[in-house]
Amino acid sequence: MPYIPHTQDDVAVMLGRIGVESIDGLFDEIPQALRTESLAGVPDALTEMEASRLAAERAAADGRPLNFIGAGAYEHHIPAPVWALVTRGEIYSAYTPYQAEASQGTLQIMYEYQSMIAGLTALDVSNASLYDGASALAEACLMAVRAHRRSKSARILLPETVNPVWRRVAHAITEGQGLRLETVACDRATGRIDPQALAARAGEDITALVVPQPNFFGQLEDADALTRWARANGALVIAAVNPVSLAVMKPPGEWGDGGADIACGDAQPFGVPLSSGGPYVGFMACRMEHVRQLPGRIAGRTVDLEGRPGFTLTLQAREQHIRRAKATSNICTNQGLLMTAATIHLALLGPAGLERVARACIARTGELVAALTHLPGVRAAFPGPRFHEAVLRLDRPVAPVLESLAAEGIIGGLDLARDFPWLGDALLVCATETRTPADVEAYARALGRVLGRAAAA
Amino acid sequence: MSQIPADLRYTKSHEWMRTLPDGTVEIGITDHAQQSLGDLVFVDVPEAGRQLAAGDACAVVESVKAASDVYSPMAGEVVAGNAGLASQPELINRDPYGEGWILRLRPAGGTAAESLDAAAYAAVAAGG
Repeated sequence: MPYIPHTQDDVAVMLGRIGVESIDGLFDEIPQALRTESLAGVPDALTEMEASRLAAERAAADGRPLNFIGAGAYEHHIPAPVWALVTRGEIYSAYTPYQAEASQGTLQIMYEYQSMIAGLTALDVSNASLYDGASALAEACLMAVRAHRRSKSARILLPETVNPVWRRVAHAITEGQGLRLETVACDRATGRIDPQALAARAGEDITALVVPQPNFFGQLEDADALTRWARANGALVIAAVNPVSLAVMKPPGEWGDGGADIACGDAQPFGVPLSSGGPYVGFMACRMEHVRQLPGRIAGRTVDLEGRPGFTLTLQAREQHIRRAKATSNICTNQGLLMTAATIHLALLGPAGLERVARACIARTGELVAALTHLPGVRAAFPGPRFHEAVLRLDRPVAPVLESLAAEGIIGGLDLARDFPWLGDALLVCATETRTPADVEAYARALGRVLGRAAAA
Repeated sequence: MSQIPADLRYTKSHEWMRTLPDGTVEIGITDHAQQSLGDLVFVDVPEAGRQLAAGDACAVVESVKAASDVYSPMAGEVVAGNAGLASQPELINRDPYGEGWILRLRPAGGTAAESLDAAAYAAVAAGG
């Protein structure tokens, strides 16, 4: 049964009223050349029973491996109440409410979420979420161009140390809109933004500099110095941050002299399971002076006619239902359901709990790096300090090693050969608070066996 | 009934123009326009030095219920934006032809702007 409430008769009456013969007739103005009869690669519809079975089989194929991969999606413990609450009927919707009179609960959750993001980033205002970290970065680049009117270049410096998937998404979304995203090289000795590559751009018209913290390699950038450099060169600062790290690190709003202008990232580590890659939830916050360029929805706190506190969407003149083509973004809704999970997750953890998670991640990753680099043929590519990821160099190609580990039920990390050929035989590893010392030991033993076996062969 | 001063020129898109003694042109939105928009909460004014072509969107006026572009009636260089509107957008509601001016433009040479006199604009405003 299709989930459309109109009967064939209803549809016929409506079409008759407007003088159109068929639903397809509504699309007559789209030229034939632009139409697709069917979508290649999209299979026929399945029944619910068939779809459930297929999904269960696919999930079983993933297995329950011991995971040491991060690279933008992080396995954290999610307290049981998070999804027990999120799936309650009252809030089980991804959609954002227009009707304040019927949506106070959802609007209050959005407001709480925004307050938490603003608090974590030390910026003035947050939106009610975006699709994911990668598209949030793209939106931040577009926003910076709108917000920085003195800069005419629409050039964004996007360091090589930013997640390569995020960079590809940012290119795809922004280039058709006239932005130029220019790569700033990584210092191959430190795994951080190369200060000389940056210095070479001094004095040019640059709209914004993206500062990843921690960067894709888990290394900590010198966010203060980078922010000061951007300010001195008339550029805005876009912080691309892991929100868990903000529990223990200086927040973007306090970087350098005056802080970042915009912070963005993926809030997946807050209560959102890995789910084979998505959906996740992007966040974005900014200084108040830029609020009218912020994309997405914003919930505000106000009072009703009787003076009672209440919540409503606000600053809607930025959005497409009012500003049409000149809206700040074509985002018309948000990741409401995952935003709700993130809010409940953070509320359960509290600041002290989140700090414990962050410190446990740092400690466990330190133990992992120590245990693995203890093996012959394994060394850390870069000196610290780092957050909860590290690049390890092996004495042989990474892919076969990862395959052997996978055969033992261990996902040993991300092979960096494709995105960073200059790194040689390198992999990116991660350990969050969900990895125990026994897990770390199991990985080290397995890697030792794999490397030893290959050496003996 | 909205005010339409006889000594100003107007556009169909509800801007007014006043030529100042130094040859620059002051531009704002009409009393009719501010009444239609309601209480203004934000005005995005252009910065000095910006080059405008006739018909360019040069400012945004935002009320609690709508946001509208203000179009430059003529080509020229922005000499000043009304900085007072940043903290007091309501100046446009209170005094649309005076303190509520939005920008001053130094007209580029060439063709004169197509504009309406008060009587012609009154007909436009009456037509909605």
